[in-house]
Amino acid sequence: METLITILESTLRVSTPLIFAALGGLLSERAGVVNIALEGFMSIGAFAGVAIALFISGSSNGSMIGVSSYLGFFLAGVAGAVFASFYALMVIKFRADQIVSGTAMNMLALGLIPFLNKIWYSSTGNTPSLEMSSRLVLLPTVLAVVLTFILQWWLKKTPSGLWWEFAGEKPEALEASGVSVRAVRWVGVLMSGFLAGLGGATLSMCLSSSYSRGMVAGRGFMALAALIFGGWRPIPVTLACLLFGLVEALQIRLQGVIAFGTEPVPVQFIQMIPYVATMVILAIQISKKRQAPRSLGLPF
Amino acid sequence: MADGEIKLNSSPPRSHRSRYSVSLKIQALLRSIVSVVVGLSLGLLVTAVAGENPIRVLGILAKGSFGSVYDFSMTLFYSAPLVLSGLSVAMAFQCGLFNIGAEGQLTASALAAAAAGIAWKQSFGLNLGWVGQSTGVLFCLFAGFLAGAFVGWIPGILKAKRQSHEVINTIMLNFIVTSFTSWVALYWLKNPDSQNPETAEISRALFFAPAAWAGGAPLSYALLLAPIAVFVVWWVIFRTRLGFEIRAVGANPDAARAGGISVERTQIIAMTLAGAIAASVGVIEVLGNSAKFKVGFSPGFGFTGIAVALLGRNHPVGVLASGLLFGALHKGSGDLDFETENVTRDLAQILQALVILSVCAEGLWRWIKWKR
Repeated sequence: METLITILESTLRVSTPLIFAALGGLLSERAGVVNIALEGFMSIGAFAGVAIALFISGSSNGSMIGVSSYLGFFLAGVAGAVFASFYALMVIKFRADQIVSGTAMNMLALGLIPFLNKIWYSSTGNTPSLEMSSRLVLLPTVLAVVLTFILQWWLKKTPSGLWWEFAGEKPEALEASGVSVRAVRWVGVLMSGFLAGLGGATLSMCLSSSYSRGMVAGRGFMALAALIFGGWRPIPVTLACLLFGLVEALQIRLQGVIAFGTEPVPVQFIQMIPYVATMVILAIQISKKRQAPRSLGLPF
Repeated sequence: MADGEIKLNSSPPRSHRSRYSVSLKIQALLRSIVSVVVGLSLGLLVTAVAGENPIRVLGILAKGSFGSVYDFSMTLFYSAPLVLSGLSVAMAFQCGLFNIGAEGQLTASALAAAAAGIAWKQSFGLNLGWVGQSTGVLFCLFAGFLAGAFVGWIPGILKAKRQSHEVINTIMLNFIVTSFTSWVALYWLKNPDSQNPETAEISRALFFAPAAWAGGAPLSYALLLAPIAVFVVWWVIFRTRLGFEIRAVGANPDAARAGGISVERTQIIAMTLAGAIAASVGVIEVLGNSAKFKVGFSPGFGFTGIAVALLGRNHPVGVLASGLLFGALHKGSGDLDFETENVTRDLAQILQALVILSVCAEGLWRWIKWKR
């Protein structure tokens, strides 16, 4: 029983970054912009959150250490949005191929972070650690769950939520009704940057206490898989993220467990589990009821 | 992107194309050159943030990549894998598929080639005639290609049969292959003489030693696989029926289907071929550089291949040229680590990303044209 509770608790914790990123991806993809760049947005958020928290607590001589992590967490979202604005400029204004430039954004994030890390902390690997006392505990998870319900309600029940439906399905109709498709898409991409940034900051400030190289480790793509599996609707998407989180929690739990014979299962095989699960889940997705937004990936 | 969408930015009909093809090609070339210049200048400006003089950084890059016979040989040494992984990405792109999995494909193939070379050593030892040597080399090649092709085939068949997005699957496979290969290297084929995470050595008789003229750089004749692959890929894409089908599916899957081409079959073949091409990177690493599989031997060749393919406009000759450029960039940026205070080799990644972005900003080009 106790094991079960530990696993459920850690499921919730490790799902949180995925939920943020997947909901961000939802806002951009429902508006019609593919978001392969979630991975990069998450990395930027993970790095920025720690860097900002360190800067605030450092420049206030530790007197603001309490609020520094909250501020850092929120500003990580802002940093994600700023980075995402470059992506929006490319794909919305300059009509660049969304998948290709999304990949380039991921590469840019992977190059920029060690570049800045070297200047600020004279290392290309990790940031210094945050004080244990300033680690976030419950806030991100609660926020992610609340956000899911807010988005579900907003997209379904409000007029502005409908803009998202139309920007992705029938952009011409939305434009004809006097709402700018490009504006909706801009907001969608910026919000995806903000939320994925929060997701990344959850990773570095809640699940650990510093940014380390390669920390995001494909979670942006897992979020994308969860988004597809959840059929681009907030509550199912969050449930899909929880499923991924469960797999990851089991993975952590399984490390060092002796299953066959006398040796523990090699750690390499255990680490594979989430990635294999992602591919399996993506492949068994056969429901044709909810398909991708019809204008997904097409510039307007 | 969903299947069966209609491309908005498709190329003009064939009749127009032949009439304007020369000027279109020149335009494409110009755009590539301008993209490189824009991407490089933006990237170099970034170094000013780190308190470096961009001109000086450019000088270090140039000297580091072309400054001596050794430097230039190193540039070629890095270019070969980049050309090959660029060809892999380009092959998939020709079919409308995005292969971000070259990294996993080439890693799997390096392990397979090393395993084949070790097995060869255990069965036949070192004293081989040239017949034994060449069959041994072919055996390693075959093992490597098979492994890479298999890793490429998986996302291909998942795309064709289950419509799973190949981008997600190839990324996931990169992680899976990394774990799996390091397990094999650490538990199964462990090098008994070393603490490093690597396999035992292959039979030395199968190894291509560095060329004497390379000034000490590990530049062996195994790297000739790159120019050969450029020709073969060009021939397959532009001179065979299969290549025509691949391009047809890439240009418009619906039209290809209406024309009697099996889109699914073509997609599977294209991804498998892409995997096999990426595999040659692993093969030349084992046969021509380290004689074993080292965990993490590739500094992201598979990912840089994306930039190489895009800059080369998915044309084998373009890929060759851009592979040389990125090889030079890779070698040059390695020198930044010790020549400058704050700028490291990670700058190469920033430069690549900026070059890709400036290549694919369609609207930017239209805007520039309209201004003129």
